Amino acid sequence: MAAITLLEAVKQGLWEEMERDKNVFILGEDVGEYGGAFKVTDGFLKQFGADRVIDTPISESAIVGAACGAAMMGLRPVAEMQFIDFISCCFDMLTNYAAKSRYRQGIGIPMVVRGPCGGGVHGGPFHSQNVEAFFLNTPGLKMVEPSTPYDAKGLIKAAIRDDDPVLFFEHKLLYRNPKIKQEVPDDDYLVPIGKAATRREGRDLSIITYGAMVYTALDAAAALAKEGIEAEIVDLRTLAPFDREAVCETVKKTSKIMILHEATRTGGMAGELTAVINEEVFEYLDAPVVRVTSIDTPVPYAPPLEEFFLPQVEDVLKAARALVKY
Amino acid sequence: MNKEQQLEIYYYLHLTRTLEDKLENLLKQGKIIGGLFRSLGQEATAVGSAYALDKNHNDMVSPLTRDMGAMMVMGAQPREVFSSYLARTTSPNQGRDQNLHFTDLQRGFIGTVSPLGTMIAVMNGVVMGARMQGKQTVGMVYIGDGATSTGAFHEALNFAAVQNLPLVIVAEHNGFAYSTPTAKQMRIQNLADRAQAYGMPSEIVDGNDVLAVYEVARRAVDRAREGGGPTMIEAKTFRMRGHAAHDNQSYVAKELLDEWRKKDPLENYERQLLESNVAITDELEAIRNRVEALLGEDLAWTESQPTFKGEDAVAGVYA
Repeated sequence: MAAITLLEAVKQGLWEEMERDKNVFILGEDVGEYGGAFKVTDGFLKQFGADRVIDTPISESAIVGAACGAAMMGLRPVAEMQFIDFISCCFDMLTNYAAKSRYRQGIGIPMVVRGPCGGGVHGGPFHSQNVEAFFLNTPGLKMVEPSTPYDAKGLIKAAIRDDDPVLFFEHKLLYRNPKIKQEVPDDDYLVPIGKAATRREGRDLSIITYGAMVYTALDAAAALAKEGIEAEIVDLRTLAPFDREAVCETVKKTSKIMILHEATRTGGMAGELTAVINEEVFEYLDAPVVRVTSIDTPVPYAPPLEEFFLPQVEDVLKAARALVKY
Repeated sequence: MNKEQQLEIYYYLHLTRTLEDKLENLLKQGKIIGGLFRSLGQEATAVGSAYALDKNHNDMVSPLTRDMGAMMVMGAQPREVFSSYLARTTSPNQGRDQNLHFTDLQRGFIGTVSPLGTMIAVMNGVVMGARMQGKQTVGMVYIGDGATSTGAFHEALNFAAVQNLPLVIVAEHNGFAYSTPTAKQMRIQNLADRAQAYGMPSEIVDGNDVLAVYEVARRAVDRAREGGGPTMIEAKTFRMRGHAAHDNQSYVAKELLDEWRKKDPLENYERQLLESNVAITDELEAIRNRVEALLGEDLAWTESQPTFKGEDAVAGVYA
């Protein structure tokens, strides 16, 4: 057991599932010979062959359509989006075909669509997005975003074995971040879809977050601790269907809630989480729920612009202090 | 093709025509709530092409809403169609979807979705998946003239060609996409020309000649099964009704309808069977009576079934 990056963890999970189940196969742009733009599937072609590691044309609709059809036949396709931004090109396949299939024809689509998401790497408007809100309004899809190598491996394996379509978001800022390397068991383990994880216990406020923002929250929490403020951090891990129980539990515990995400503000996860909190545990709140998110613009390219766009530790600190004082 | 097969084709053509007649009556009686999209005038394309498939290989079709004939050939039952249209609990889609949007992988039909072009991409996966499982399944998927303008169509055709998939694409050129004539859809005369761009062979056939459609489809199916890859068939036909029952087709020239009425696929086939002495009048009448009895029985059965309770809507989004 050696410490590995999040990228290596995703790769390990995929590799093990390919070895375990011959129905699992990979398709996408440059996933074979080249091993994927980020090298997640590096070495797969050699090990598993061209029938199971399929280089495709640049056709996201055709890729996901083919994955849907193969999944109906009992296979377990894993389709890669070279950047998750391009998932908009196959919106119809996901929302009209994959998401509705079980409901309208009683046939599940056990398919994973995975790819790198997120900003902070100066990728500009088309290589930096977080797309969960596009799909949050579509019953039938599941969405997962791991923040640790352990979770990345356990969740990709769980996603592949899930009987419904799962969108799997891998934050590219975390892919090779040496600071979050973790020892990950070599044996077969799963991290359940639909379960959040508490990354830090606290009593004064809760920060509900996911993805790379978990680390922004942790950095903020460390600074707050020096001021005597103890923040609890809940990592959602699964964005749809999210862990309502964990969300409600942390509300009951701290009564002050911040929702932090990298996706833009309007119509985002934070709005939905706030609504659920209002419906289910309003009487436990001691302050209005606070949202800390990116601003409502495309992801800008220039470093000062992108830094302004993305939630920073300082933004979390300001909001946390105000929330605690409320 | 032997006599038995030719009469079977007559049965499916007549079944499709009569079942849709019945549906049109049910719509007029207010018993069908949703839309009704008839295939009047183009039944031969659906029946003739699907008849070329082989159930022993678990071949699969994905028909459009105007391909009920293909569903019938693959074994869909009138009572399933009635139950779907009348939204009864016996509906194969459990009231969650409408008209012909229902699926049975064992019998080999996959219900369409309404965004067009989507099903070609999905059928790519179906036959690719079957191939990975070592099966010799051939897929057949339908597309209208209008839908050949979609991005999904082009992506999926290219993908099928590159992957050399065992797929037959039946492009039904029926003149109008809702109200839009083909000339406003594309600068080319033949849908078949589109296949060239993908290195895919294509054939043009008289879509109202059921045996001709069968022959062309048979060649394409054989080729696909032998590993020769996908083929596109363009069937020239005509939509003799509006897009759906509410549409009076005022945008279609009367002369055009008169001209195509003479090419009615069912009447022509009937004449052909009699003139070539394949069948005598009594035999065809016996088939028509068989269809009438089946439809009467299935409709009565369907109408005796209950409809849904509101809360039935909840379950089944996830496993």
